[in-house]
Parts: sequence; structure tokens; C-alpha cells
Amino acid sequence: MQPVLRLAPSRTHAKLRRACRLFLLSLFVASLSVSCKKKSDSPGSKGDKQSIQNIGSDTMVNLAQAWAEEYANVVPNVSVEVSGGGSGVGIAALINKTADIANSSRHLEPEEEAKAKQSIGRSPTQFIVGYDGLAIYVHRDNPLSQISLEELADIYREHGKIDKWSQLGVTHIPGAKNDDIIRISRQNNSGTYAYFRDTVVGKKGDFKLGSLDMNGSKDVVEQVGKTPGSLGYSGLGYATGAVKVVKVSLKKGGPAIMPSIATVSDKTYPISRPMFMYTPGDPPERVKKYIDWVLSKPGQAIVQLTGYVPLPN
Amino acid sequence: MQLPSQPVASAKPRHALGSPRGPQRNKWEGLLETALEWLIRLCGISAILFVFGIFFFVLREGAGFLFGKLDFVQFFTSEEWYPTSLGNVRYGVLALIAGTFSVTTLAMVIAVPFGLGAAVFVSEFCGQRVRETLKVVIELLAAIPSVVWGFIGISVMNPLLQEVFHAPIGLNVLNGALLLALMSVPIMVSIGEDALKAVPDSFREAALAMGATRWQTIYRVLLPAAKNGLLAAVLLGVGRAVGETMAVLMATGHAVNIPKSPFDPVRTLTATIAAELGEASVGSPHYQVLFVIGILLFSITFAVNLIADLVVKGSRKD
Repeated sequence: MQPVLRLAPSRTHAKLRRACRLFLLSLFVASLSVSCKKKSDSPGSKGDKQSIQNIGSDTMVNLAQAWAEEYANVVPNVSVEVSGGGSGVGIAALINKTADIANSSRHLEPEEEAKAKQSIGRSPTQFIVGYDGLAIYVHRDNPLSQISLEELADIYREHGKIDKWSQLGVTHIPGAKNDDIIRISRQNNSGTYAYFRDTVVGKKGDFKLGSLDMNGSKDVVEQVGKTPGSLGYSGLGYATGAVKVVKVSLKKGGPAIMPSIATVSDKTYPISRPMFMYTPGDPPERVKKYIDWVLSKPGQAIVQLTGYVPLPN
Repeated sequence: MQLPSQPVASAKPRHALGSPRGPQRNKWEGLLETALEWLIRLCGISAILFVFGIFFFVLREGAGFLFGKLDFVQFFTSEEWYPTSLGNVRYGVLALIAGTFSVTTLAMVIAVPFGLGAAVFVSEFCGQRVRETLKVVIELLAAIPSVVWGFIGISVMNPLLQEVFHAPIGLNVLNGALLLALMSVPIMVSIGEDALKAVPDSFREAALAMGATRWQTIYRVLLPAAKNGLLAAVLLGVGRAVGETMAVLMATGHAVNIPKSPFDPVRTLTATIAAELGEASVGSPHYQVLFVIGILLFSITFAVNLIADLVVKGSRKD
């Protein structure tokens, strides 16, 4: 067996040459982007156009985007640049000084506070900018209309006893292939994940493994809408026509509450939480102005428009 | 790291082309030639530097944990992956390894017949025109970004699998495997075709002269003659499948779970790193354990590539 893998030399050459060119091109692009980054490193320091980097919570990203768009009309020379990724990502960006404002759907953890102090010299300032009800979603065709926190804990907690729909009294879901509850959850750097763990699963408890851990609030709702036998939790603002929001009661058989602006603001809905913005110490003028606007009447009106709950006035 | 046998095969002709010769060339052309030659050489060497660099940095980030706090028994035998637990942190990657292997294996079961079949067709059966069209289309398939594949997995395959297979969840092993198969087929086809092309025509002529049918020629002569190249094609496809991240992150459901059927959701090693590294604070045990997973992945792909290389080299000596 003599001649085995001999590739036609000319074609190999062409491929090599192409690969080299591609590599050089990517180096060039990379160096370009690095130099660009250096120029924009100090946001808002040059020219009249100032920018605010706003990074963090996925739950809040729709809201933050809506604020940023509206703010462009109010103060045209400041552009607010919003990106998501999760509360943890936002706070990490604050610590690394790449964000002017970190959005978070959970409190700063003591470790993070210590790190921030080390990095920026002061502990971050916290602003509550609105409230969010964490809705429990099922597929549109699911007959389930209410669920208790105890049941939710038994579904999601490690060693929890509930994993069949029939245990909740649901015997037939159109389109579902079997009786299993398909748990849709969030990835473990999500503020929503941490909040759900603290309030539903138990502070020291852990989630049952095997849930589908989605990367965003919207993904949870979308996946629930596409999977008849599933159950998920996500921000109230993400409800769509493909899913159904379930009423939640504290105890089994107790009065069940539908999440809404009214029930979240008067705290009768059991799983709602504040949404935060963190700035490094005392914010600079342009950031301070933005947060003041967010907390003002026009800013809070947008909170309500995007499906979250505004601050009580 | 890829295409292990190419540089060896092409080293000689390149050198002959690269050296300046002939009296009509002036000094500048000669200098330019040398400069370019060095540039190309640098490109070649840079690959080695990059591989070592990557390995060094991954090892450095993970080493503190790997040689210190890591409980190897738990790491490899427990399926409990609780890196951010407040009460009881556990780092067991068995389920993640099972996820990677199940998706990769199923992907190869789907991709190998298609990839090698397509390679045989392109190299032996089709006419010039069809061949050129096919190759362009296959290269296009290779050029589709993996996030686009992931999107197809979520929006097209997800409801389709529920419909066709009555799977309770559309994001599962089969979904990821189908995407990976589609992504690794182009590699297999182009390398497999090259391998078949490298079999001298005298082999085919001899087979025909013996009265062999086309099928017999392929089955008895061409496939055995090109088997190393074909195996390299398959193993490179495996390497692609093991390392793929974005598409499997989106399409497999991202659930820590040892799959019992192709319709169970899983989570792969790569997807875990992608989903969790952004948040893990630098230097924390969680961050380090993700780098240990990186080392594990690096070792797996390195082993696959090494085997591919040894197989090709080993049987060349026969």
C-alpha cells in the first residue's frame, strides 16, 4: 500500500495561502478594534457626544433599552449604550470599570462589594429603579391555573418530590408527549436564578439537576411557548401569546394571586423583587442626571409601559 | 493542529518555488521573495506558538485548582454540577462528559455515512460540472456560522423533532447531533475527497482491467487504499464536533443530565464554559474549575488529533 494521503500540492498551496491571508486580515482587524477601543476608553470625555455604558441584568435589558431610546430624545448629546448578559456580568463590568451603570436584578453580594471597593476605591451606590414580578409560565394549552410556592419548591428543589404533572392534578395537556414536568430554568449567573433560589427553592437549597437552563429571560418564555409539557419562571414583562401566566399562592389551597402591577406594588404577589442600578461610588454628572431622569415621572412611565412595576410615588 | 499530513506532503515543492533563480530577476525581486518567504514561514510557526500559548494560559488559570483543591474522584464520577451553590458546592462533570460524548457519537453516526458517501460521489461518480457545483455548495455549508446553526436548531428543528419523533422536548441530543453532523460533513467531504483523489489512477485502471464493477473498485480497491486519509477525515470531524460550542449550547437544551435516549436534553463541556465563564469572578474556584474543564477538552481534542496523526503515519510505513 504505497501512495496514501498525497494531496495535490497546488491546491494545498492555495489553501495555505488563503489561510495565511485570512489570518493576517484578522490580525489587522483585531489591532484596529484594539486601537478603536483605546480611543473610546474614556466615555464622554471628548467632544459634545457623551456616552454611558449600561451593562447587566437580562431581566432589565428591555427596560434599559427603552429608557436609553427615550433618553436620546430628552438629552440628545448623551447616548446610553445598553447590553445584557446577566446581573453578574454587569457587576463584573462595574468592578472592571467598563460599565458606568450596572443593572442588577439582585443585591450586590458581599464578595462583589469587597472586590468593587478594592478596584474602584468606594463601594458602589445602589438605586432601586423599579420592581419586577417573577411570573410562573406554562404552555398556553396547559389547564393549570394556579400553583403554590410549596409545590414550586418541590418541583425545582434538589430531591423535591414533584416531577409529574399528575401530582399537580393536571392529567391532560394537549400536545404534551408524557406526564413529566419539563423544568425550564436559568443559567447560574442569572439574577433571576439567584432570586428564585433564595425565595422559592430555599437559600441554602439547590436546584434539581436536569432543568433546561436558558440564557435569557426571553428564551425561557419562548421555550415554554414551544414545549407543551414545560414550566418556567421569568420576568412578568416577557409574557407572550404562546404562554400562560399562572396564579401563585403561598400555601397549597391558599388564595392565589395573579401577578400584575397592582399586586406587585402592594406586595401581595409573593415572588416580586426590586430592580437595581449600581454606579461606582458617586456617579459623574452625566450618569447622575440619567439616573435622576430614570427615577422621575417620565422614566417611571416607561417602567409601566414595558411591563414592569414602577416605584410607588 | 489540523490537517496533520499536509505540510509534510507539500514542503518540497514549495521550497523549489520559493528560491529565486534566473538571471533576469533583479535584487529587489530577490529581497521581496525572501521577505515573503519569511512571512509565510512565520505564519507556519505562529500556529505552533499559538497552540502552546493557549495551552500554557489555560493550564496557568486552572493549575491552582487542578493540583490543589480538585477532588478527582468527584470531578469524574459525580454528575452533580453545582458550582454556584450557597450551601454545598459540588463540581462533578460526569453528566457534562456524557453530554459531549452522546452528542458527538450520534453526530458521527449520522455524519460519517453522509460525509464519506459524498466524498466517494464527488471524487468517483459525478461529472466535472456537478463536482464543481457540489464543492462550492459544500464549502458554503462549512462557512455558515455556528450561531446560525444554533438558531436553526432552536427555531426549525425544535418544533420539528417534537412533531416527527414525538419528543417531549425539542432541544435534545438528536437536535445537537444533527447540527453537528451538518457542520462536520463539509470537512469530511473535502478531506475524504482529497484522500480518494490521491489514489493513483493506475489502481482504478487495474481494477477495471480485472473486470471489477464500479462498486467493487470502490469497495475493494479505493477505500482500502485511501483508508488513512478517510480515517483522518472522520477524526477531524470528531474534533470539530467535540469542540463546537455555540450550536450545541443553543440546541441541546443545556440541562445537566445523563441522557437515556436521543430525546433527552444534555449539556456539553464546551457549552458549560461558554455559559458560565462570563460571570465567574476571576480566580475563584468556579473560574478555575471551568479552566480545568478547558484542559480536559484540550486533552480530548489533542488525543483525537494525535490518534489521527499516528494512524496516518503508522500505516504509511507498511
